[in-house]
Amino acid sequence: MGETILSVKDLHVSFQTYNGIVKAVRGVSFDLKEGETLAIVGESGSGKSVTAKAVMQLLPKETTRVEKGSILYQDEDLLTFHRKEMQKVRGREISMVFQDPMTSLNPTMKIGKQIMEGLRKHHQLSKKEAYDRAKELLELVGISNADARMKAYPHQFSGGMRQRVVIAMALACHPRVLIADEPTTALDVTIQAQILDLMKEIQEKTNTSIIIITHDLGVVANMADRVAVMYAGEIVETGTLEEMFYEPRHPYTWGLLQSMPQLHQNRDIPLMPIPGSPPDVSSLHDGCPFAPRCPYVMSVCHSHLPDYTQISETHTVTCWLEDHRAPEVERPYRPDSGYRGKSTTVGG
Amino acid sequence: MARYIFQRIGYMAVTLLIIITITFFLMQLLPGTPFNNPEKLTDQQLELLNEKYGLDRPLIFQYFTYVGNLLKGDLGTSFQFSGRSVTEIIFERIGPSALIGGQAVFFGAIVGFFLGIISALRHNTIFDYGSVTIAVLGMSIPSFVFGALLQYYIGVKWGILPAALWKSYEYSILPSIALSVMVIATVARFIRSEMLEVLGQDYVVTARAKGISEFVVITFHVVRNALIPVITVLGPLAVSIMTGTLVIEKIFAVPGLGEQFTLSILVNDYSVILGITLFYSALFILIVFVVDILYGIIDPRISLGGGKRDAA
Ligand SMILES: Nc1ncnc2c1ncn2[C@@H]1O[C@H](COP(=O)(O)OP(=O)(O)OP(=O)(O)O)[C@@H](O)[C@H]1O
Ligand SMILES: [Mg+2]
Repeated sequence: MGETILSVKDLHVSFQTYNGIVKAVRGVSFDLKEGETLAIVGESGSGKSVTAKAVMQLLPKETTRVEKGSILYQDEDLLTFHRKEMQKVRGREISMVFQDPMTSLNPTMKIGKQIMEGLRKHHQLSKKEAYDRAKELLELVGISNADARMKAYPHQFSGGMRQRVVIAMALACHPRVLIADEPTTALDVTIQAQILDLMKEIQEKTNTSIIIITHDLGVVANMADRVAVMYAGEIVETGTLEEMFYEPRHPYTWGLLQSMPQLHQNRDIPLMPIPGSPPDVSSLHDGCPFAPRCPYVMSVCHSHLPDYTQISETHTVTCWLEDHRAPEVERPYRPDSGYRGKSTTVGG
Repeated sequence: MARYIFQRIGYMAVTLLIIITITFFLMQLLPGTPFNNPEKLTDQQLELLNEKYGLDRPLIFQYFTYVGNLLKGDLGTSFQFSGRSVTEIIFERIGPSALIGGQAVFFGAIVGFFLGIISALRHNTIFDYGSVTIAVLGMSIPSFVFGALLQYYIGVKWGILPAALWKSYEYSILPSIALSVMVIATVARFIRSEMLEVLGQDYVVTARAKGISEFVVITFHVVRNALIPVITVLGPLAVSIMTGTLVIEKIFAVPGLGEQFTLSILVNDYSVILGITLFYSALFILIVFVVDILYGIIDPRISLGGGKRDAA
């Protein structure tokens, strides 16, 4: 894994709505290295899409305020970019694949033209060159009969095919970073696997960095090198795939893992959903946002936000349980219960 | 596709026949007959006239005669202007109506188009509120109020353009403007709401994510998709305006079809009333048909006649 290509630092994004200010993203930081896949997981409304769209600057200008933070792409802060400069980044440096392939293509424009648009803009290709390249891309994403498909409209494609087209579009100009916002949520299981395999295959060929947003831990296990867990607009825990699955430290991460059937089939931990529902980000109090739902909650959690604790070079967590004053608790995921059997003492 | 078109033409013929039939019999409910100025005509003269025009025959017989002639392309002759055929009257009167109506639709559609687009792109700003206000005023204030204002200021007070009558091209300008207000309002309102809808679609975000310029996004992804439904209102609106509008033709003294129509109703000129109704309905039905066909051409999602258009 190479250099850091994208670095988000202390990002705060809020929306002006009729019901007041919604603080959707509150201090998110993460790094993405070349050729690496970072998964961002979290429940609905935790701010995953807002983070992704903030990177692309695709949030509605009138209502959005990026209050704080920086988004460094190859050491330049995208937040200082003007509209034209940002247009050069989108599609060429950083691309995005959206959740619902049924709605993310223009219904009245031919598939071919939709793929060619970006190519012609970024690479100044002639119509013929762009056409040939678009056709190649369709073949690359596994669409046969590409010549005829170029002239087809989105409604003539199935959901899985459309997502392939969207991926072809996103990859058209060889972006360094691909952000996929729940790319397979709207697709059925076999198609999901195909699309994920396709993304991995292309990543191997082109060394693209991928941010995959999902709430499906199966997808995470399949794709990610590193994982960031978001809760109520914050990243509460981040680490490598192994660290997150076998030595998670945050009670919310435990909850997520325990609510996933296939991931702990052979474990003696009972399957249980996280009780309660995510907080309303427009009315957050001081303290840890997970406190009201946390089975390990302490009084300090309600009044003070915990600091980052560095567990290892790659693993950080935001939880009061890491404080040396916190009581020892029975952790469902102990390091020695994991397959690596690494011994780290818990509780400090 | 061919089968679909033939089917539609069949339906159109049936619809027209129903309209003719209903109009024919309803018209009998109008008080009086075409010849009801008793001061001038003796009973004998009336009888002779009725006999000449077949009005003494049973109604059902008159109906079949009319439909029979219609099938031969004959709309009959006017009672009011003896000897003049209905077709001739319609063609003479449609000219001025089509001119002012056509200008109003053309001008109104263009202005409404830009007004609608600007207000959608500047949603919830002063531009938006301004053009929504214009649209609401245009829809709610009757066109004769604008007509009268135009006549007073531009026609009389400032004397820029003729206030009424029909002598040369200049005479068509004020009535066209008065008529266009309604077109502007309708088109602007419609485009604005279509644009706002399209602007919220996922594919617009996808388009922006490609890094293409905002101008291309708005023109090819937003406006194009927002325009498609507009033809469904613009087609019928154009027909109803270009076939003559009673009020504007009356106050500007334009010798159009709308004015003729009211006149004929007042004097029970049966054949002209029927003829104009038929003409108007036929055009209307035709434009709805054309709009449907156009829709099938412009919007790839719609395939006419249930035929599969899928490439694979
Ligand atoms: N344009 C907007 N205006 C106002 N609020 C918004 C806007 N976009 C998102 N939000 C709010 O920001 C919060 C985070 O939304 P976001 O779409 O990032 O969630 P998510 O983590 O992607 O959830 P999901 O898994 O459902 O996609 C939500 O409370 C949402 O209502
Ligand atoms: Mg989302």
